Amino acid sequence: MKRAALVIGLVLVAGTVLTALLSLAWTPYDPLAVVPANRLMGPGPGHWLGTDGYGIDLLSRIMVGARIAVLVGVVAVAIAALVGVPLGILAGTAAKAERWPRLVADVVMRGNDILYAFPAMLLAILLAAVLGGSTATAMIAIGVANIPPFLRVARAATLQVSVSDFVTAARGAGIGRFGIAVRHVLPNIAPVVAVQASLAFGMSILSEAALSYLGLSTPLPTPTWGRMLNEAQPYAWSDPLLAVWPGLAIGLAVLGFNLLGDGLRDLLDPRLRESVQ
Amino acid sequence: MPPRVPLSVPLRLLQRLGVFVASVVVASLLVFLVASALPGNVAQVVLGVQATPEAVARLEQEFGLDRPWPVRYGAWFAGLLRFDLGRSYLTGQPVLDQVLPRLGVTSWLVGLAMVLALLVAVPLGMWAAVRRRHADGFLASALSQVGLAVPSFWLGILASLVFAVQLGWFPANGYVPLSAGFGPWARHLVLPVVALSAVQSAVLARYVRSATVEVLHEDYYRTARAGGWRTVQALLRHGLRNMSLSVVTVVGLQLATLLAGAIIIESVFALPGLGRLLLDAVAQRDLMVVQGVVLLLVVAVLAINALVDMSYALLDPRLRIERGQVR
Repeated sequence: MKRAALVIGLVLVAGTVLTALLSLAWTPYDPLAVVPANRLMGPGPGHWLGTDGYGIDLLSRIMVGARIAVLVGVVAVAIAALVGVPLGILAGTAAKAERWPRLVADVVMRGNDILYAFPAMLLAILLAAVLGGSTATAMIAIGVANIPPFLRVARAATLQVSVSDFVTAARGAGIGRFGIAVRHVLPNIAPVVAVQASLAFGMSILSEAALSYLGLSTPLPTPTWGRMLNEAQPYAWSDPLLAVWPGLAIGLAVLGFNLLGDGLRDLLDPRLRESVQ
Repeated sequence: MPPRVPLSVPLRLLQRLGVFVASVVVASLLVFLVASALPGNVAQVVLGVQATPEAVARLEQEFGLDRPWPVRYGAWFAGLLRFDLGRSYLTGQPVLDQVLPRLGVTSWLVGLAMVLALLVAVPLGMWAAVRRRHADGFLASALSQVGLAVPSFWLGILASLVFAVQLGWFPANGYVPLSAGFGPWARHLVLPVVALSAVQSAVLARYVRSATVEVLHEDYYRTARAGGWRTVQALLRHGLRNMSLSVVTVVGLQLATLLAGAIIIESVFALPGLGRLLLDAVAQRDLMVVQGVVLLLVVAVLAINALVDMSYALLDPRLRIERGQVR
């Protein structure tokens, strides 16, 4: 049953990423070309998912939307991991150290707690108010908002690794704190970080969709899943299907990354299989 | 290092209060710096692109924007201490006057969604745990997995498609204050609250499930069962209290997500709450309103989390350690 979740997750993630890559080279129709004669066509052989209020092919727009979702996810997760993981290792290795490194670790953790109170949406709104909505705004805001979980996960894993024999041996052999962190801690906490990255990827797709629904992410005319939902609302009476497809795309992509993350965690840590999800 | 002596309860509460106050100060500085230190000229935005540089400079002076940022931050923070969030750059109205009438809408939305989420998640999570080796328990787990993946605003849109547009049971959007009658007020809130709480239920159900699975392995649970208690009885009597600690923690942490979700749900259902105010202020680049509302929401999250931490002492008798007692 658990293995099935991992496989389903992998399939959904591969589907999302391949769709995003394919959209760079090919879409069934031009995702920006307005064709008034084709307005609001239902699903059919010419347009598998139908067309929107501008006569644009919905499948093409969803494919381009996948590209934005994956792009924002990759950059946001990279920002979160590149800041959160080193700080987490620092906080973890310094937690049992002498006075001043421990002080630094305490300050880092307190700062992290404060950042936890800023959801991605609030950060993005704050940034959008100053810089205007853009793909970069969404990437930065979602990335920064995702730092705290990475930091916590990396710190907890580091604390676990720090008491292992090979770290004690390395310390005894005279390897410095930095050397231990890079050569011994990082490779050993990498799997936990990979799990967190997969879950954070799902979160960031959700956040990007919310931001682009509000018009705070990628500007017009590029289609995004969130904006497609926003544009579908006026047609709620006549063409409810317009609001169904982009939501399904979001749901399947996020479900894929969540299942992949959960599946990886189960695979890596059999002790967690039963009790903790 | 000498072992840390556990503090007594009042001292620990005081310490937590201190951390809360420090967090609020840092958060306010963070919000101010992002809103004020980044490029973008408020006076230019207010006057439009055709304004002369002299006019812009005059308005900047009027807003006090020509002063260095530490002075401006100091003035803003001093105002905060008097519950003064500053004045809107565009209308000149105090920000607090704009915030107060909208506070109720957002509070009802978030509060009711949290209550509904708990009412759904606790039984669902327990069910998923107790029946985890059966098809129905697996279904409950799968349901919460799907709930996690679905954006709340999409659920909102779908719910209004079905229950407002097709069936006509509830209004598709808008808000009526409670003072105008309970019926209309409740009818306007049903769909937004359900949409917002669905995702929260999924998150909470997963935690309740894992907490319950842990309880199922505990000696006290087995003893209760062996003593003739039924599963539900034993779980309610012994399980709930033991899992309340981790569930309350998650509720506190989820509040930030819930507030963010409320901003967008207010947008879907055109509710005149804080989220709407915030987005309108962003569209008009009214930074004073933006930083005021963002800070208010962040302080709410910090305060709830401080209260959650303090509630541990009440929920878990083991944590009520007096100084000098051995742990």
